[in-house]
Amino acid sequence: MAASQLEASVRHEKDASVIDLKGEINSFAEATLNTAYEEATQNDAKVVVLNFKDVGYMNSTGIALIVGLLAQARKSHRELRVFGLTDHYLQIFEITRLVDFMSIHQDEKSALV
Amino acid sequence: MTTQRNNLWQSVLGRGKKEAQVEIPPVEAPVAAIQHLGVDIAANDPLVAYFLTNRGAIELSRLNLDSPALTALRDAKVQIGVPLVSQGELIGLLSLGPRRSEQDYSADDRRLLNNLASQAAPSLRVAQLARQQQAAAAERERLEQELRVARIIQQTLLPKQTPKLPGWKLSTYWQPARAVGGDFYDFIEMADGRMCVIIADVTDKGVPAALVMASARSVLRGVVEQLDSPAKILERVNETLVPDIPPKMFITCLCVIFDPQTGVVRFSNAGHNLPILRTSTETVEVKATGMPLGLMPGMTYDEAEVTLKPGERMLLYSDGISEAHNPDREMFGFDRLHEVVAAHHSGALVEHLITALEEFVGSDWDQEDDVTFVLIKRSASETSDNVPGGRVLANFTVKSEPGNERAAMERVASVVESYLTADQLEKLKTAVAETIMNAMEHGNLYRSDIPVEIMALVAGEQLTIYVSDQGGTQSAYKLPEEPDLDAKLAGLDTPRGWGLFLIQNMVDEMNLIDNDDGHTVELKFNLQGEK
Repeated sequence: MAASQLEASVRHEKDASVIDLKGEINSFAEATLNTAYEEATQNDAKVVVLNFKDVGYMNSTGIALIVGLLAQARKSHRELRVFGLTDHYLQIFEITRLVDFMSIHQDEKSALV
Repeated sequence: MTTQRNNLWQSVLGRGKKEAQVEIPPVEAPVAAIQHLGVDIAANDPLVAYFLTNRGAIELSRLNLDSPALTALRDAKVQIGVPLVSQGELIGLLSLGPRRSEQDYSADDRRLLNNLASQAAPSLRVAQLARQQQAAAAERERLEQELRVARIIQQTLLPKQTPKLPGWKLSTYWQPARAVGGDFYDFIEMADGRMCVIIADVTDKGVPAALVMASARSVLRGVVEQLDSPAKILERVNETLVPDIPPKMFITCLCVIFDPQTGVVRFSNAGHNLPILRTSTETVEVKATGMPLGLMPGMTYDEAEVTLKPGERMLLYSDGISEAHNPDREMFGFDRLHEVVAAHHSGALVEHLITALEEFVGSDWDQEDDVTFVLIKRSASETSDNVPGGRVLANFTVKSEPGNERAAMERVASVVESYLTADQLEKLKTAVAETIMNAMEHGNLYRSDIPVEIMALVAGEQLTIYVSDQGGTQSAYKLPEEPDLDAKLAGLDTPRGWGLFLIQNMVDEMNLIDNDDGHTVELKFNLQGEK
């Protein structure tokens, strides 16, 4: 399943950590996603931004992983933001009500404001 | 000395039971250079009898025997032979050429040789036996390997998957008693749209049965292509097989041809167990008679006809189940078989039969005969499959392995693309992937040998994707309430459980249908005119 592996890299910006996601968010992505989140919150960033620009596919297991991250973030009073969603996945974030708990942005610039 | 002894062992070991091989140090070579002579002594050579009755070092020049081995030994310049005898059997021979000093062998030399021979013989025997056992074990392993390969080959002679017929469901089970077997079944699509189903049982089991099975199958396939009546098919097959089948072997066979449109089933029987018909009200055997195939030329066969109405089914089986015995030597029998069929009007009958058989025979069962079932079932609801004027865009299966939904989703997307808007296509992809994932996980429990079936059908203004698992009726899907995100975020509920909810929101209509042996999820998309 090499093709469906998720790659995640973390950048520490001024007031936030950005996780650049690349690939597919499915059951194979769990470890990668959790490791990236840990790295992103190491410097105690209050805002974690997920970059979905290069995410080609996400399934319900992937949604569960995002819900998991969101639950963690809320527990430690961090804010989770998202940008780069396609219309389809934006719709899925709406259907699942994830949009009620995380702000959705057009691009990185607006996500970091 | 060690080297020398090793050489000696090497030179005398490794002969078969029947013939003794002879070793000799070369005439002009150092003593250590022991050489394998390569002279074989036939078991009936008079020299063997002589060696068995006269132990100790024997001067060959003194012998007067009409023995080819003796001649060969003398030609090889052997002067002294010391038989190695163990348990009354000649197992080897120490052969000595002339002494390097050109003197005769002394009495001391002979004593030494005799001692050596009497001590070496038992050890040599043990070594030979060990080697024989190793060889036997290797031979067994080779045979087992051959049988494993034979089984794989035989499996390729069975249909790789059951044919997909709208409104019909065919299920099979095949378990030979040994690595290979004489039972087989086959599905042959006929030119007129009817389906020919064969179940057959070659007498005996194991390799002989498997060989006859292979040729019978080819003959049947060939004949079914030429003829269209079950009786005529069996008649022709019998004529072809009679001269080819070994005496005392024969094949019982049912040839069943059904019309998927009308449900009319015609069949003929060559000495096989009668098919069991299960209607909504009763369980009956349907009769047709005829002699087994391959016994006698000139046989004719009855033809019987029944009509399967929606929801009805016909079970074909081999006697491996009816004649199975439990630890008390009681037979499974026809009554028990009928009871199981009668008890399950719906549900996964083949699985129920196997469970009943397993419970009956117990865990230590030494399977006596091949067990085979073919179940022909006409679906109860025709709504899902028989859409007038519909066109099947895709019909395939995927193994239940994590991640396989991805490629299947792309495959469906590629064939329906032209019917949908870009937005619909994205939704379809998510819905199809989720549905297949559910079927693999909750239906088939990720058992990779059980496939998920996927069909895409366009009819009128609607595109429908059918995704079927074979999870039996136990593993019920529940249509979800809307997942409670607040509870999930608060850690009061699992973060998972989005699948069906998501699917419902991606499609125009979703239906969940319980089948006999699993579930089918229908995903419907309304086509938006031209695109």
